[in-house]
Amino acid sequence: MDYVLSLILIVITAIFVNNVVLAQFLGICPFLGVSKKVDTASGMGMAVTAVLVVATIVTYLIQVYVLNAFGLEYLQTIAFILVIAALVQMIEIILKKTMPALYQALGVFLPLITTNCCILGVAILVIQKDYDLLEGVIYALSTGLGFLLAMVLFAGLREQLDLVDVPKSFRGVPIALVTASLLAMAFMGFSGVDGGLKILFGLQ
Amino acid sequence: MNNLKVLVNGIIKENPTFVLLLGMCPTLGTTSSAFNGMSMGLATMCVLILSNFIIALIKNLIPDAVRIPSYIVVIASLVTVLQMVIKAYAPEVDKSLGLFIPLIVVNCIILGRAESFAAKNGAIASIFDGIGIGLGFTIALTCLGAVRELLGTGAIFGVTLWGETYGMLMFVLAPGAFLVLAYLIVLFNKYIKKA
Amino acid sequence: MLVVLTVIAIVAAGVLASVNAVTAPQIEKINADNLAAGIKAVMGSDDIQVADPQEVDAFTVYGICDKDGNALGKAVVTTENGFGGPLKVLVGFSTEGDILGYTVLEHAETPGLGAKAGEWFQDKIIGMNPGKNNFTVSKDGGEVDAITASTITSRAFLKAIQNAYDKVAAAPDAASGATKQAGEKAPCDGKNGCCKAENSAGCDGDCHCEKEVTACDIETPEVIE
Repeated sequence: MDYVLSLILIVITAIFVNNVVLAQFLGICPFLGVSKKVDTASGMGMAVTAVLVVATIVTYLIQVYVLNAFGLEYLQTIAFILVIAALVQMIEIILKKTMPALYQALGVFLPLITTNCCILGVAILVIQKDYDLLEGVIYALSTGLGFLLAMVLFAGLREQLDLVDVPKSFRGVPIALVTASLLAMAFMGFSGVDGGLKILFGLQ
Repeated sequence: MNNLKVLVNGIIKENPTFVLLLGMCPTLGTTSSAFNGMSMGLATMCVLILSNFIIALIKNLIPDAVRIPSYIVVIASLVTVLQMVIKAYAPEVDKSLGLFIPLIVVNCIILGRAESFAAKNGAIASIFDGIGIGLGFTIALTCLGAVRELLGTGAIFGVTLWGETYGMLMFVLAPGAFLVLAYLIVLFNKYIKKA
Repeated sequence: MLVVLTVIAIVAAGVLASVNAVTAPQIEKINADNLAAGIKAVMGSDDIQVADPQEVDAFTVYGICDKDGNALGKAVVTTENGFGGPLKVLVGFSTEGDILGYTVLEHAETPGLGAKAGEWFQDKIIGMNPGKNNFTVSKDGGEVDAITASTITSRAFLKAIQNAYDKVAAAPDAASGATKQAGEKAPCDGKNGCCKAENSAGCDGDCHCEKEVTACDIETPEVIE
């Protein structure tokens, strides 16, 4: 039971309290770059979530059965990034062959995902936090959902911004950053929730 | 293009943070103080100079089909070396930058410069490009860190300027990072890029 | 093209392996030095011997003696969730459980606020005893002033030390610094002062301590230079 509660805690913490974009600053490039429209933003969010989960499973297995087993921990960065790059390519090919409709929707985002630092970041964090495989997968999934949530909220705000008369110097990225700042401030309202839930769940 | 021009180009015209808007994750994530921002900038600069140099040297040996994976291997190796050196000789820096050191691998600036500059230019020019872009990045991160540290805690490089009791937490936390960067970009566009 | 990529990968792995061979011992040395310096600082003395660490639940405990083998107390590594992440503190207790000193080993607290924990509590909690004093922040009715604007960090910090005290310093053997009571079973590993080395005559898998064993009786206490 405690294990289930700790999983729930991981989900809530990753989505709201330590939101990957707004609190941990991972995956900022797509957050600023692909967030002008809600539908592209949500497509990107879903693609990232899918890759995150698959990549976390694969990198976890590599860490445990290859790197740790042979004492090669120092090859972590290089092994992970190559695996992620290969994985993204593979997902792209498989998706193209088997699910053309989904490929139409997500395909354009896939090449951009290799250099999205939240994939590598989460893969390394799962190892650093000593999660087991299930916890790692749940963490990756909820981090992806957190990313999706931030993307969609932000894109919604930016769509509204198009209708507003913004001072010339602020047009484009600066006003988007100010908006992101306000969004981050809103998410700060969740800080401390994880600690409270921990006490509520009796995990202390 | 002479080397000095390449250098200045990286600092002002193609400033990676304020103009190209690349490498935003470390820009926002590591600039809670001027020192952290500077450390991150210098670490990235080291990797950038070396990766530009190595890639410019070996670019003719690499078939086009495996170009990107080869670049990634080179960059990831350099980052890992840097990570080990920092851990061994500057543990304080390792503590404050943490996860963002291995994440230099996925900093788009480095792969971006490898593709757009080092793959087309000579080794020496590539070094200068690395220094220029690296300095541009370091200066931007140090500025951002300094402003956040000053507004957030009233100190710069750890030196308190106005009293221990001053504190504006927001600037040290996430919202301040976005906000300060927004204003710095506006100021950069208005005064420096135009000039 | 696969050849090229393979060559690059092999060269890269070779470079990393050699750099790792150079830096790994240095990294270990830094960690060991930090721990040694930390233990000296929290025990408030340079002339000490440190026994092999013991794991008690989530705590790492170092029995500390002076040069002559008299128990001085214990240094305990304790972790609690702070504001930004885990807050890891090394705290030194005297044999009575008084706090001799502390140092923050790891933290992810806000710079300029919670991150001040390293200095803030130095003149506030040293000499206190979590068993006798009300070891909570004044906001919660306790005797310790919290760091300005960082109540969460302060609570976590005090809780980390309180937990260490409850689990380790207040344990029955704390007063004497004993790690084994007389008659208590111990493995035949040649450690703990009371046991013969494994496979030696008279050792049938486990043996009993003939006398009370303190941290200082452990056969090879490491002397910190």
